[in-house]
Amino acid sequence: MLEATTQAAARSFLFGRLTLDSLPFLKPDLEGRIVLVTLLVVLAGGLALLGYVTKKRLWGYLWHEWFTSVDHKKLGIMYMILGTVMLLRGFADAAMMRAQQAIAFGPNTGYLPPEHYDQIFTAHGAIMIFFVAMAYIVGLINYVMPLQIGSRDVAFPFLNNMSFWFTFWGAILFMVSLFVGDFSTAGWLGYPPVSELQQGPGVDYYIWGLQLSGVGTLLSGVNFVVTIVKMRAPGMTMMKMPVFTWTSLCTSGLIIATFPVLTATLLLLSLDRYLGMHFFTSDFGGNVMMYINLIWVWGHPEVYILVLPIFGVYSEIVPTFSGKPLFGYSSMVYATCAIMILSYLVWLHHFFTMGSGPDVNSFFALTTMIISIPTGVKIFNWLFTMYRGRVQFTVPMLWTMGFLFTFTIGGMTGVMLSVAPADFLLHNSLFLIAHFHNVIIGGVVFGVFAAVNYWFPKAFGFKLDESWGKASFWFWLIGFWVAFTPLYIMGLMGVTRRLSHFDNLALQPYFIVAGFGAFLIALGILTFVIQIVVSVIRRKAYAVGNDPWNGRTLEWAASSPPPPYNFAFVPNVRARDAWMDMKAHGYRRPLEGFNPIHMPKNTAAGVVIATLSFVCCFALVWYIWWLAVASFVGLVVASIVHTFNYRRDFHIPRDEVRAFEHSGNWQPENQGANA
Amino acid sequence: MSHSTSHDLAHGHEPGHDEHANHGTLRSYLTGFALAAILTIIPFWLVMGQVFANHWVTITIVLALAVVQIFVHIVYFLHLDARGEGGWNLLSFVFTVVLVVIVLGASIWVMYTENTLMMPMSPQYQHSADT
Repeated sequence: MLEATTQAAARSFLFGRLTLDSLPFLKPDLEGRIVLVTLLVVLAGGLALLGYVTKKRLWGYLWHEWFTSVDHKKLGIMYMILGTVMLLRGFADAAMMRAQQAIAFGPNTGYLPPEHYDQIFTAHGAIMIFFVAMAYIVGLINYVMPLQIGSRDVAFPFLNNMSFWFTFWGAILFMVSLFVGDFSTAGWLGYPPVSELQQGPGVDYYIWGLQLSGVGTLLSGVNFVVTIVKMRAPGMTMMKMPVFTWTSLCTSGLIIATFPVLTATLLLLSLDRYLGMHFFTSDFGGNVMMYINLIWVWGHPEVYILVLPIFGVYSEIVPTFSGKPLFGYSSMVYATCAIMILSYLVWLHHFFTMGSGPDVNSFFALTTMIISIPTGVKIFNWLFTMYRGRVQFTVPMLWTMGFLFTFTIGGMTGVMLSVAPADFLLHNSLFLIAHFHNVIIGGVVFGVFAAVNYWFPKAFGFKLDESWGKASFWFWLIGFWVAFTPLYIMGLMGVTRRLSHFDNLALQPYFIVAGFGAFLIALGILTFVIQIVVSVIRRKAYAVGNDPWNGRTLEWAASSPPPPYNFAFVPNVRARDAWMDMKAHGYRRPLEGFNPIHMPKNTAAGVVIATLSFVCCFALVWYIWWLAVASFVGLVVASIVHTFNYRRDFHIPRDEVRAFEHSGNWQPENQGANA
Repeated sequence: MSHSTSHDLAHGHEPGHDEHANHGTLRSYLTGFALAAILTIIPFWLVMGQVFANHWVTITIVLALAVVQIFVHIVYFLHLDARGEGGWNLLSFVFTVVLVVIVLGASIWVMYTENTLMMPMSPQYQHSADT
C-alpha cells in the first residue's frame, strides 16, 4: 500500500515504525498537552494502586485467588470491574464530545482539532460496545447463569479464564493507543475507505483490539451454550429454566453465529492494510459496500446479543419484586427465540441509503418492523407481571421501570427509522444517535445497574445502599432525557452526527442543554461509585442472608457469597421458579452426609497465552515483526505446554465442605427459607 | 486433564443427557463411501462424456447431485441424526444452515441489486479497474 512505501523510511528493525514522534504527549500543541495531562493522571492513579497493592502484599493473593482463578463467580466479578473501569473511559470521551459541541460555534473552533475529535468518537463507540456493554453482559452471565441452573461451574472453566484475559488485553490495547500513537478516526465500525486510507497505527489498534476481545467473546459464547445444554440440575427441563438462562442461551448462540463474521471482516480489512490487498477498495475489483454489508451482518445481531440477557435480567427482577410468577413464561421464551432468528434478518436497515432497490429496502424495513413485535410481547409480559402484584419500589425495580418507560420510546423511534423513506432523511442524523443511545442506555445500561443492585447481595453478602442507589437512578434517568431530547429535535431538523464544529449559532442552546444532561449522567456515575464505596464501608450493617429479596430462582438457594462449589448437594428441580417451589415445600438445607467435591484447579495458562497474544498484537500494530513472530511462537508453545498439564482438578475434602456448610455464612438464611 | 474435568462436570448430574452420538460401523462407512463415489462419478461422466447437449441440464443435475452428496456426508460421516445429544446436534445444524442461507442469500441479493443500480462507470475509471 501507499502507506507502506511512505513510512518505510522511518522504520527500524528493533522498534518497527514506533519512534519518539509516535508519542502524542511529547508534542507541544494543545492536543499533546491534553494527552500529557491524561497520561500523568493515569500514571499517578496507576502507581498509587500498584503501590497500595505492593504495600499490602496483595500480589500473591490477587494472583492465586483472582487472576488465575477458574471460578465463574470471580471471573464474573472481574468482568464487571473491567466494564466499570471502561465505562469511566468511555464516558470521559462522551464528556469531551459534549464539551466540544457545546462551545464550537462560528468563530470558536473549540478545544479539539477535528482529527482528535474523530478519534474520540471512534473510541467512545467502540469502547462502550466492546468493553463496557459486552464485558458487563459476559460478567453477568458468568456470575448468575451457573448458579441459576444449579451447576458448580461452567463447562470449560479454563477457557473461561482465558476468555477474560483476552477481553482484558483487548481493552488494554485500546487504552495504550491513547498514549502511544493515535487511534482510528473511522468510526466505531471502521468503515472503509477511511479505515483503509488512514495512515499510522490507529486503525490497526482498532483491528487488533477487537480481534483479541473477539476471541474472548466467542470462547465465552461456546462455554455458555455447552454449560446450559449439558449442566443443568436434574429435573430442570428447558421449559423450567429461568428466563435469564434462556436469554443467555440465545445470546450465546448469536455470539457463536456472528462473531466469526466480525473476525473474518476485520481480517479482510487487515489484509488490505498490511498486504495491499483490495477487498474493500474501489480499485481492482474490491467493494467498499461489501465491508458495510458484512460488518452489519455481525453488527445488528450484536445489538440483540447485548439486550437479550438484559431482558432476562428484567424478567428475574419484575417477578421477584411483584411477588408473583412471571406473566407468560412460554411467550417470553418464544419471543426470545424469535428475536434470535429475526435479529439475523434486519441488518440492511443500517444502510437503507447505500443504494439497494425498493424491493430490498422494503423487505428489510418489514423485517425490522416485525422484530418489534416479540419485543413488544416482552414489554406487556413485564407490565402484566406487575399488574395486581405487590410491587416493591427497590432500586432494581426503579431501574426496571425507568427502562420500561425509556426503552419503549427508544423502540418506537426505532420503528420510525425502519420506514425506509423516512430513514433517507434521518440516516446519520443526530436523531439516529438519540435513538440508539435511547435503547442502549435505556435498555442495556439501566439493566446492568438493575442487575448489579439485584445480585450484589448474592455476590458479596451485603446489600447496596438504597439512597445513593436511588440518587444514581434519578440522575441517570433525568440526565439521559436532558442529554438526548435535544439530539432528537436537532436530528429531525437535519443536523448530522460526528461534527466537531457548527456554523449555525441557533443550534448552540440545544448542545448546551445536551451538555448539561451529560453532566447529570456524570453525577449518576459518581453517585453509583459512592453507592459502592458507602456500602463497602457499612458492609456489617448492610449484611443480609442468602435470600434477601425472597427470590424465586436457584441462585438464592446458595449462600451469599456462594462457596467455590456453589451447592454442596446439587438441587433437584421440580418446577419453574425452583427455589420458590423448594421454599413452599418446606425445604431444609442438608447439614450432614457431605461428599468430597470434584473441582477444576486454577491455572496461569490463560493469563500467559492471552498476554503473549497482546504482545503479538501490539507488535503487529507497530510492524515490529521480530516481536510478533517471537510472541506468536511463544503463545503456540504455551498452548502446547498447557496440554501436558495433567494436574487440572482436585477434590474439596469432605470436612472442608462440612465446615463451610456449618459456618456463619449461613446464619440469616433460615428466615428466607421459612418465608 | 481439562477434557476429563469438563467431561466430569458436564456429566456429573444430568441423567437425561447420556445418549451420545453414534460413531458408525464399518458397514455404514463403506455404504457412505460407495454412495459418495457414485454421486461423484455420475457428474464427472455427465461433464466429460457431454451426455446432454444443453449444458443447463448438466449444471442442474450436477448441482442436485451435489445436494444429495451433502446429505450423504452428513448422515454417514458426520452421523447427524435426531437422537444425538438429545436432538441438540440436529437443532444446531438446522440453526447453522438457516443462518448461513440467510446471510449468504441476502448478501448476494443486496450486493447484486446495489451493483445493478450503480451509476455507469466512466471509461477512464473502468480502464484503471481492468489493469
